[in-house]
Amino acid sequence: MSETTPQKPATAPAGRVGLLATCLIDTFRPAAGLASARLLEQAGYDVSVPEQGCCGQPNFNGGDKNGARKMALRTIKVFAGYDYVVVPSASCAAMLRVHYPELFAADSDERVQAEDLARRTWELTQFLHDVAGVKNLPSEFRANIVIHDSCSALRELGVRAQPRALLAQVTGCKEQPLANPDVCCGFGGLFCIKYPDISNRMAQKKIADLLTTKEPVDALVSTDLGCLLHLAGKLHRDGTPVDVWHIAEVLNGQASVVKGESR
Amino acid sequence: MRAERDFPGLVEKEMADPVLRESLGAMEASRAHMYKLAFDELDDAGELKARATAVRRRSIAGMAEYLQQFERNVLANGGRVHWAADGSEANEIIARICRDAQARLVTKSKSMVTEEIELVPALEHAGFEVVETDLGEYIIQLRGETPSHITAPSLHVSLQQVIDTFNEHHQVPRDRPLETADQLLAEARAVLREKFLHADVGITGANFLVAETGSVIVVTNEGNADLTTTLTRTHIVVTGIEKVVATLEDAEVLLRILPRAAVGQRLTNYTSFFHGPRGVADADGPNEFHVVLLDNGRSAMLGTEFEDMLRCIRCAACLNHCPVYTAIGGHAYGSVYPGPMGAVLTPQLAGLAASRHLPNASTFCGRCAEVCPVGIPLPKLMRHWREREFANHLRPAGERRGLRLWAWLNDGGVRYRLAQAVTRKFLRWYAGRALATGWLRHLPGPGRAWAQTRDFPVPPEQSFQQLWSKRERDT
Repeated sequence: MSETTPQKPATAPAGRVGLLATCLIDTFRPAAGLASARLLEQAGYDVSVPEQGCCGQPNFNGGDKNGARKMALRTIKVFAGYDYVVVPSASCAAMLRVHYPELFAADSDERVQAEDLARRTWELTQFLHDVAGVKNLPSEFRANIVIHDSCSALRELGVRAQPRALLAQVTGCKEQPLANPDVCCGFGGLFCIKYPDISNRMAQKKIADLLTTKEPVDALVSTDLGCLLHLAGKLHRDGTPVDVWHIAEVLNGQASVVKGESR
Repeated sequence: MRAERDFPGLVEKEMADPVLRESLGAMEASRAHMYKLAFDELDDAGELKARATAVRRRSIAGMAEYLQQFERNVLANGGRVHWAADGSEANEIIARICRDAQARLVTKSKSMVTEEIELVPALEHAGFEVVETDLGEYIIQLRGETPSHITAPSLHVSLQQVIDTFNEHHQVPRDRPLETADQLLAEARAVLREKFLHADVGITGANFLVAETGSVIVVTNEGNADLTTTLTRTHIVVTGIEKVVATLEDAEVLLRILPRAAVGQRLTNYTSFFHGPRGVADADGPNEFHVVLLDNGRSAMLGTEFEDMLRCIRCAACLNHCPVYTAIGGHAYGSVYPGPMGAVLTPQLAGLAASRHLPNASTFCGRCAEVCPVGIPLPKLMRHWREREFANHLRPAGERRGLRLWAWLNDGGVRYRLAQAVTRKFLRWYAGRALATGWLRHLPGPGRAWAQTRDFPVPPEQSFQQLWSKRERDT
């Protein structure tokens, strides 16, 4: 993965973007964060990464509403003042867009702020496609890929077309449709360690689906790193030669076919 | 109501069953497909779902009034209405009616409410012979099992197991072949026909109760509810109070959506409206007609965050589309109601402590809410149970502390940075010689559950935020 200094456009930026990189990308896949920033810069936006932590999703889904509230308030504060908040993860984006407002009483100040942030928040591909109108990406990835739609992308954000429209611009990148694209892979945040056997069975089914596409698959691509780490970990344990890439890496031309070693 | 605390133990046991795995696979593929076809053929499926949701919302908002209206109309039609606060009261009422009818043999059609209140064992204990007449229910009654699915109770049973069960329990002549589904059906039909003809009391559930007419609506594909009710002297309906709707017009909307959502049919083979005992001009029908209305925790849901759940019409679309249900099957839930609807309902009916795993055993993938024909936000309701569990110390202490710690670590910037750096350094140290491979095969602590079946990525030396700061400094 080559990382060259990005070229900032000479023209006035189309807006200020605060990038919420997510804790998983921050910790395990910085390359996907850098790719996201570069895609946004190339689309003409001024990108900042304010000092950040977790959005609070594990606490929200774990029943710790107070903890989630505190984390939401911090995120709201950190991302105040940006025209857009872009998140290279559908589940974290959905946390901000869909669930933050639910955390606060109907006419509280916090609710107003949460709704304001929700309106400014976009999942990465949703932003690149729907807001920035990105066309003619110069990237190349000659591979048969499966696009793993995360459940949050599909059902909380309605993101299905955007990743496909963007990946269609990547030279050589060919989608192999899954038989059951709507079915969860079994990651589910803390679910995957609270109920590892069920999670594993779900991963097995997802992988069985991805190994029976029309043409053999080189790589699995998704908007969500949680699903990807879970599936990559399973693929690697089983010795299944399928690469795993975050969609930002593919769109930014950082992906290559190495068969099982990219993960 | 029955609920089993050892969910992980049951999951392990059920997932090891190859027959179940095959049945669930077949069910998952066919039911989701049939559902899609049934709604795709409509001009505006969304509109039908919105209407059904509105009907159910209205029903629940006016439930008290509609139930009283329903009672008045049942009385006017010559029937009787009994109110049961809980399962044991309902069972006592039903046993009393059976005794008064001097019954010996009781036939019943499929009803999840009777499972909820454990009616059959209660009636057997009171000395009555009770025969299930839905084919699936009949099979599992012979096998001494409970339903594993709310509309397909014997989903977990294979064809071969049905053959074995019939051979064991029926006096099948040696020369009569019992191998194909048709032969099994004929065998069950022959046995059940005798039961229908000799039964004294027939018990059914209800899919809907119509307030304006006092009608009880029952849908089946086998016609067994009709034989249960027309060939007996006494018909007892037992159902939950939430099944009431205001008008026939409202019921019509639900009758259009229920079979589509449940099995992908436009209509079930039989849709029957029962209006009380036989009239003087009627050729058949029971002499007595009783409706037992069960509360059992339902009215306590009104006005709470769980009120939405009262809209449920028991179609099982959420089970059929649930990746957890289709991985573990219904018995693993250890409760009468499995799947997403069961994960929301069981804590209400059996207590949260006894069913604390169920609302947690979900990835919140949201497919249940997406397919629910009456718009119940099932993941949101499961999350509400999780909130109560967290507040009431019903989750393991380690998990509680972990979440608290996570929130605390994320409250600043410095704390997060430090915790993250420590985690990365620790994992890189822990990897040892595996560092170069980029993968960990083992993890300590809570990570063990991950590493049972999955490798874990070794984090890189520098975090994204570190790399970003470096880039910012350099430019």
